[in-house]
Amino acid sequence: MSQPFHIVVCGSIVPDPLQMLEPVTGAAGPALKNEMMLPAVLDPWAAHALFEAAHLAAKHAGSKVWLVSLGPKAKLQQVMLTVAQKVPFELVALDGPASGFCDSLATAQVLADAVAGIPALNRDRLLLFGGWESASRGAGSTMQIVAERLGISEQFQGVDQLTVREDGSMEILERVEGGRHLVSVCSAPPAAFGWATGHLPEPRNNPQVGMTNMKTIMPALQRAKASAVAADGLRFAAVNVPKLQRQTRVVKDMPPEEIARELVAWIREK
Amino acid sequence: MSEALEIDIACIGFGPATAGFLYTLNRAMQADAELAAAAPMVVCYERADDIAFGVSGMVTRARGIRASIPDLDPASIPMAARVASERVVYLKDPFGASRRSAALKMADLAIHNDLLAAELPYIPPFLHKSDGFVLSMGQFLQFVGGEIMGGGMLQIWPACAVTEALIEDGGVCGVRLGGQGMDVRARLVVVGDGPVGAVGRQLDTVFGMPEGHHYREWAVGMKMVVDLADGVDLEPGTVIHTFGFPEPEIFGFLYAHPDRVVTAGIFVPSWMRSPVRTSYRYLQHFIQHPYLWRYLQGGRLRAWGAKSLQESGQRGEPKLVGNGYARIGEGSGSTNVLTGSGVDEAWTTGTQLAEGVIELLREGAPFTRENLDRAYVSRRRASWVEEEGRVAAKSRDGFHHGVLPGLLGMALSGLTAGRVSMPGEPQPLMDLHSYYRERIPAAEIDRIVSECGRRGAPCHDALMDHCGWPPIAYDGQLLVSHQDALLMGGKVQGAAGYEDHVSFRDASRCAACSARVCIEICSGQAITPAPSGVPAFDREKCVHCGACLWNCTNVSFQAAPGGLHSTEN
Repeated sequence: MSQPFHIVVCGSIVPDPLQMLEPVTGAAGPALKNEMMLPAVLDPWAAHALFEAAHLAAKHAGSKVWLVSLGPKAKLQQVMLTVAQKVPFELVALDGPASGFCDSLATAQVLADAVAGIPALNRDRLLLFGGWESASRGAGSTMQIVAERLGISEQFQGVDQLTVREDGSMEILERVEGGRHLVSVCSAPPAAFGWATGHLPEPRNNPQVGMTNMKTIMPALQRAKASAVAADGLRFAAVNVPKLQRQTRVVKDMPPEEIARELVAWIREK
Repeated sequence: MSEALEIDIACIGFGPATAGFLYTLNRAMQADAELAAAAPMVVCYERADDIAFGVSGMVTRARGIRASIPDLDPASIPMAARVASERVVYLKDPFGASRRSAALKMADLAIHNDLLAAELPYIPPFLHKSDGFVLSMGQFLQFVGGEIMGGGMLQIWPACAVTEALIEDGGVCGVRLGGQGMDVRARLVVVGDGPVGAVGRQLDTVFGMPEGHHYREWAVGMKMVVDLADGVDLEPGTVIHTFGFPEPEIFGFLYAHPDRVVTAGIFVPSWMRSPVRTSYRYLQHFIQHPYLWRYLQGGRLRAWGAKSLQESGQRGEPKLVGNGYARIGEGSGSTNVLTGSGVDEAWTTGTQLAEGVIELLREGAPFTRENLDRAYVSRRRASWVEEEGRVAAKSRDGFHHGVLPGLLGMALSGLTAGRVSMPGEPQPLMDLHSYYRERIPAAEIDRIVSECGRRGAPCHDALMDHCGWPPIAYDGQLLVSHQDALLMGGKVQGAAGYEDHVSFRDASRCAACSARVCIEICSGQAITPAPSGVPAFDREKCVHCGACLWNCTNVSFQAAPGGLHSTEN
């Protein structure tokens, strides 16, 4: 008989990747132009982790999923109303910055404290989930530090698949070079998983799930604590955007091989 | 079908009307412990992926909004500014490509300045917005939504489309949500789904329209939000309204927000008899008119969007209440078509319903037609929205005879408080050959239609090129292709796994149709010619403007999640 898991997903919001993002230097350092005005979404990497967590929890009776989210409260509020319709979870909301220019060490400290403070969390059954990276911060270090702060030594990054075996151990596929996976086995929780894309599609909105989630999400947002993320000693030497070139063509149903051929030809031209 | 949920009040759509309703209800619940203790469960379902996707850079006197939020400070809302100055400008056609009457051609001859424009020396009082605000609808709704949800008592669910109302025993008892097909039973359904909302149309079909009321006048509004180039300054709160160009029937506007951001756009009305009603191409010519280009040249597109406007005003008012439902906002005929004001009126109808609902909740009275009539409709009838709507009711009828009679009719209505108006009845759309008879030989029109059909492209570009409209010199910043506008400014999305929400009822009608207005007017190039004769629909490009719906009775337009994804529109 499988044992339940306590799965904590760390994930926050990012400006919708479809938006035009423009870095600017403000009084408090680098930021994105009009960041608070941009529509936000749940960080796609964290979203994969959340969907995988819910999928795993559904297969192991008694399991529970928390989402620990650090971001501006008003923005969290909006995004969570959509995320709440996807999968069941309980929100732990932290009112603070979600900018990609935040220090990952300081961010990890805030997140680790929040995870440690979850009442009724069974640390022996804890699976710590998060994005391997972030759409706003490519450091790839935040989840590792959160896990270290929580004393979790079993860590896996770039995870695409987690399978719980008959004996309760977990088989993990981590991405390695060349599109291949490193296969590892972890005997038992606690363990930390930085998810790549996983294999699950984004679940469709389910109002029933939304209604259930909302009972805990709204109060969680109400009591979201202001969480300062330290920025001592942090200095950005330069911030640049990649050169943008737009040559839009709308073509449907083009085979991937043909797209690849076009891209290669284009790169060779440059 | 899964088990139905039960709530107290279900709202459909989060626009200004529902925002006004929820804001007023929330404020009352915060202030009244007894009401809060009763804690009615209120959920607002919004189709778009966020709560801030209204499509309109707007200028409003904000009388109703300020009555609700007396200490409204524009500095607390991004892109908001007090109105600083107003201009109404006649724009001359620089190319001679538009379809103008002899009178307008004479007017053009009288204009010789470099800007090819004439500012009107007098703006009638009924058109003034001098005590109001320039706002971004998206940012305003985001501000109000934050206030509402911050109270913790009311919920707004984005990406949740209501496909139909549940109707039992001659009344409404809930809503059906798209996607999962889930039913939500509610004591009251607040219908604020706008002028082309699926539920509003369903209720009109089931319960009928009041005698003499109709939806005959429409427009599609398309606009862009632009970052001005370095060195170009325009005082925040500057309001410019234009007429005369790109076609005489097309009105335009430019509003200045703080931080050198402007909104520029046009309205393409249903009384423009051209079958080539391309808002996008006309918008590109509009912004390049010398009078506006001096501000916009070198600017960068930051957001873009389109929506339909219900222009029948008070004569488009449906049955406002019935057992279990009430209608508010633009879809309830609240827009004032004389003053060109809709947001404040919509907001006010929402607050009026909220006040009525609070009254009924305190009484413990059910949401019957009689009670809603007493508590909501009577408030509306006694308000300035009703009084001014009555003045405006017939003010635009003259446009059915042309632009000048239309303007004269507006002046008559406005200056006589609606006692005198210019009568007029809608005229049928012209077919391509009739419309272009003096410009393009019939054989050439046929060739263009055939060629565009083969390419799966609309005809308007080729036809307009032929009439002397200059090609658009794309700069990749502001002058961009229609598809780039979707990507750069609209962020249009259609979630995977849903059915097409636009379809065509009768294939034989499509096959026999030569005008294909649905294709020409489509704001997102989502409807295109297809070999079968029935247009192809690409839901990933649809901005949900609904223009196809009022341009062809053969179009079926259902509610679906997705659409525009920009908070600045």
